[in-house]
Amino acid sequence: MKIAVLGVGTTKFGELWEFSPRALVKEAVSQALADAKLDLAEIEALYVGNMLSGILGGQENLGALFAEELGLRCPAFKIEGACASGGLAVHSAILGILAGIYKTVLVVGIEKMTDHKPEQVSAALMGAGYEEERMAGITFPGLYAILARVYMEKYGITQKDLAAVSVKNHYHATLNPKAQFQFAVSAEQVLASPIIADPLRLLDCSPVSDGAAAIVLSSKFKTKGKTPVYITASAVATDSLSLGGRKDLTSLLATVRAAKKAYQIAGISPKNIDVAEVHDCFSIAEILACEDLGFFSRGKAAKEIAAGKTTLNKGKLVVNPSGGLKACGHPVGATGVKQIGEIVIQLRGEAGARQVKGAKVGLAHNVGGSGSVAVVHILKNE
Amino acid sequence: MGSQEGTMFKDVGILGFGVYLPRSRIKISEIASVWGKSGEDIERSLGVIEKTVAGIDEDAVTMGVEAGINALRMAKISPEQIEAIYVGSESHPYAVNPSATTIGEALGVDHNYFAADLEFACKAATAGIQNLAGLLKAGLINYGLVIGSDTAQAKPHDVLEYTAAAGAAAFVLGRNKKDFVAQILDFDSYSSDTPDFWRRDGIPYPSHQGRFSGEPAYFTHIQKAAQRLLTKTKMKPKDFAYCVFHMPNGKFPGEVAKRLGFEKKQLEPGLVVGQIGNPYSASSLLGLCRVLEIAKPDELIFFTSYGSGAGADSFVFKTSKLLGKARKRVPSFSSYFENKIYISYPTYLKFTRRI
Repeated sequence: MKIAVLGVGTTKFGELWEFSPRALVKEAVSQALADAKLDLAEIEALYVGNMLSGILGGQENLGALFAEELGLRCPAFKIEGACASGGLAVHSAILGILAGIYKTVLVVGIEKMTDHKPEQVSAALMGAGYEEERMAGITFPGLYAILARVYMEKYGITQKDLAAVSVKNHYHATLNPKAQFQFAVSAEQVLASPIIADPLRLLDCSPVSDGAAAIVLSSKFKTKGKTPVYITASAVATDSLSLGGRKDLTSLLATVRAAKKAYQIAGISPKNIDVAEVHDCFSIAEILACEDLGFFSRGKAAKEIAAGKTTLNKGKLVVNPSGGLKACGHPVGATGVKQIGEIVIQLRGEAGARQVKGAKVGLAHNVGGSGSVAVVHILKNE
Repeated sequence: MGSQEGTMFKDVGILGFGVYLPRSRIKISEIASVWGKSGEDIERSLGVIEKTVAGIDEDAVTMGVEAGINALRMAKISPEQIEAIYVGSESHPYAVNPSATTIGEALGVDHNYFAADLEFACKAATAGIQNLAGLLKAGLINYGLVIGSDTAQAKPHDVLEYTAAAGAAAFVLGRNKKDFVAQILDFDSYSSDTPDFWRRDGIPYPSHQGRFSGEPAYFTHIQKAAQRLLTKTKMKPKDFAYCVFHMPNGKFPGEVAKRLGFEKKQLEPGLVVGQIGNPYSASSLLGLCRVLEIAKPDELIFFTSYGSGAGADSFVFKTSKLLGKARKRVPSFSSYFENKIYISYPTYLKFTRRI
């Protein structure tokens, strides 16, 4: 069964104080339905990716809430898997179609974070972590700082090598009108930014963001009009919730497993990928992702990224043309859905100034926690 | 220079002003070291290197009295002549029991006066100036006293801890033009329900919404109030010798001044936050006092306070020839500013009654 992405929509990401979660979802869904040239009546199920609405906003039951808001009366679900909530919602939607229960479904990712105090957001995000690590007081920058430190020790890279990820992603975001930070940063600026959790500095970290993204998936479609984009693989894997439970801290095993399965389903290898949206919640995370997804061999990703091998118009494979989580923004539940939206736009050839020329095969990689869950999707335009 | 014919006030002005800064200072690097932060990073991002701390026997009332004494002395009127007292603060020592009467009693003000405590985050005292101006313009009183005084609260480890400071500024206002050290030509305000910073009754420390306190709060309100006043008075930024804006940190006033079209040289003389921090209700008024200590006669000062919650009061002041002589009668801002001792973080905790 072929599953096509018929429509995509994304709100601007950023500090959207003037907009409620309802308004953000409505905007993203309107865009996606218009893009798909579909009426609401054709939607058979709604999948909502979100992590923090309960803990920060005191609001759960998002399936029914957004179904009502959108005017739907179909089955509706909230899918939660920390920062991978969006990717998991897409995966769940695909399962519903593959099972033959639904033909056309809507997936929405939404997060409203900036209305809440930074310490509340940090504490809420740690809900994705392991109890003992959380009790010890560590937060996600600290967990990823440990990963960075171990990687730096093992492969001899420096903070400047880490900084190359942010420099690239900020450059890409200058070409994305939906991005939270549409400005470039230099390696010097990254290295001069305040330390958040040594060795990670402010500009190594993705921001707290608001935003929503939506996609329409269907097994019932015509191939006329827009270049059709298909999801040819959707794979999920999990690993220990804690860093303490890992054998190796220089790789996220969940990503390795999910990627292996996705490549197998799609019948391709990493070298076939033209464009990828990977989960760069911290600079080190993109380096790990590029190796775990098989783009570069172990210990090499940082230097390759710094050499421009994944930069728009420079590399054969472009990583995070949207600006990634770092510069496009990271409204947690929306990220995984936005990644699919970006790949679809790229494979249709509609990405404008940030278009990856001739992109035919794309990959989206969404991670929850510090690698406790990973979702990999592969998309093709033929 | 724009015409002053169209301004709202002809006969309301400042007769005397007084400041008070406590002697204790804590360096931002000292606080940062306790929390494992780089002092240099914090200093750079906030534009503040040290802040004032009230002594263990000081509060908003005692500091208000000190500033009030100075203001009365400069105004050369006796306390009995004061007919209204407004005290603006976020740290009135009592929730119920007015600071204004305690201060009035300590200053020797006769009992036939109107008194009220005001609270509007960091702009309560400028609301007091507006209220006094109204009473004076209406001819209901001849002299009034307004004080902004705060021992600003901040929760340990909150980013506010690096800036929340202590200090007071007092102004005697009157309606006899020949006594003015500076005239109030006009003012305007902008207010909205914008919850960027608050403290509920009975809760010791304020809460704030981080970055939300910037764009939709501080910048929007100050810019709106300032632009309304510039339009109303038909004045332009270049008409002013000085500008003063509320100083929650060292960066916001510079940015808002730039956006409104003021230059660094107009702002810098009153930019006192770097070495005293933000004593909430007294912050912008201390900047004004600093400017009044160096201003020449017939100069225009553009001034805007900001209070969270939120509102901004924008004023145009014009100095008089009396200013130079009057300000010599009282201890200057600089004298308080330079009289300082540095305290450690444990002493800071003791002085702010946390241990």
